[in-house]
Amino acid sequence: MTERRPRIGVLVFPGSNDDGDAAWALSALGAEPLLLWHARAELPGVEAVVLPGGFSYGDYLRAGAIARFAPAMEAVADFARAGGLVLGICNGFQILCEAGLLPGALLPNASLSFVCRDVPLVVERADTPFTTRCEPGQTLVIPVKHGDGCYQRPPELPAGQVVLRYAPGANPNGSDGDIAGVTNADGNVLGLMPHPEHAVDTLLGSGDGGLILASFVDSAREHSYAHA
Amino acid sequence: MRATVLVRPKGGILDPQGQAVERSLRQLGFPVGDARVGRVIDLEVEAASTDEARAHVERMCERLLANPLIESYEIELEERSG
Repeated sequence: MTERRPRIGVLVFPGSNDDGDAAWALSALGAEPLLLWHARAELPGVEAVVLPGGFSYGDYLRAGAIARFAPAMEAVADFARAGGLVLGICNGFQILCEAGLLPGALLPNASLSFVCRDVPLVVERADTPFTTRCEPGQTLVIPVKHGDGCYQRPPELPAGQVVLRYAPGANPNGSDGDIAGVTNADGNVLGLMPHPEHAVDTLLGSGDGGLILASFVDSAREHSYAHA
Repeated sequence: MRATVLVRPKGGILDPQGQAVERSLRQLGFPVGDARVGRVIDLEVEAASTDEARAHVERMCERLLANPLIESYEIELEERSG
């Protein structure tokens, strides 16, 4: 029997550049992706949302600071508040932090250099909707490519919201506590700097990103608040 | 009304730009320390009074110009002459 393909919206901002790869990866992993232009004010019957990587609005002012005011972001905030699954990758993570949907902020890399390479990550939580196919403590190799990935956590961030850390000695950007991926308090919104959509086929180096995206697709399929 | 907004990295927040500038100044022989790099935003604000202009710019800082987790801001206002 073929499993149902959940509809997953992939937002497209001016300057997004990983929307196509995200949609391709989601489709390869069993979802029905739907590219959604940022200027539309509603999410048409989607079961989960991805904010893809890129450089929305040229990263002007602060990365993600301007994109967070896109009309679609109000719909994303409503969707997240209702329990909808939201995944922000790289620039998507920056936008979610600026929008207050995730705790913390992303600063320029400590090296001031753009980094683009595979990094090992440790799975801290395998019980989130984004990591059900992972094991706790598992190491995933997923590429990063960013200039503003130095995560600054708020002082009160509970450790339980940290889902992914860079492996010891492999922090590519100076991120606080080696944090690579973090959820909101309710656990239905995840932001991460590494790009799982660029690691879904071992032919291209690693399939480990597929574990995260396939977990996300599974969760989108199972969630009952679909079409919120 | 002319408004100038100074946005600075908060104390304790990593400021690699400030560190790079400081290293460079030291290499040039200047006896400096604790360099921090922020941002200046100049604006024309339509407002009937300085208080009104300040309230507008405060709101702009809170919503967009600064991120309160990592940045502090300071507002300077100047009546336009002529």
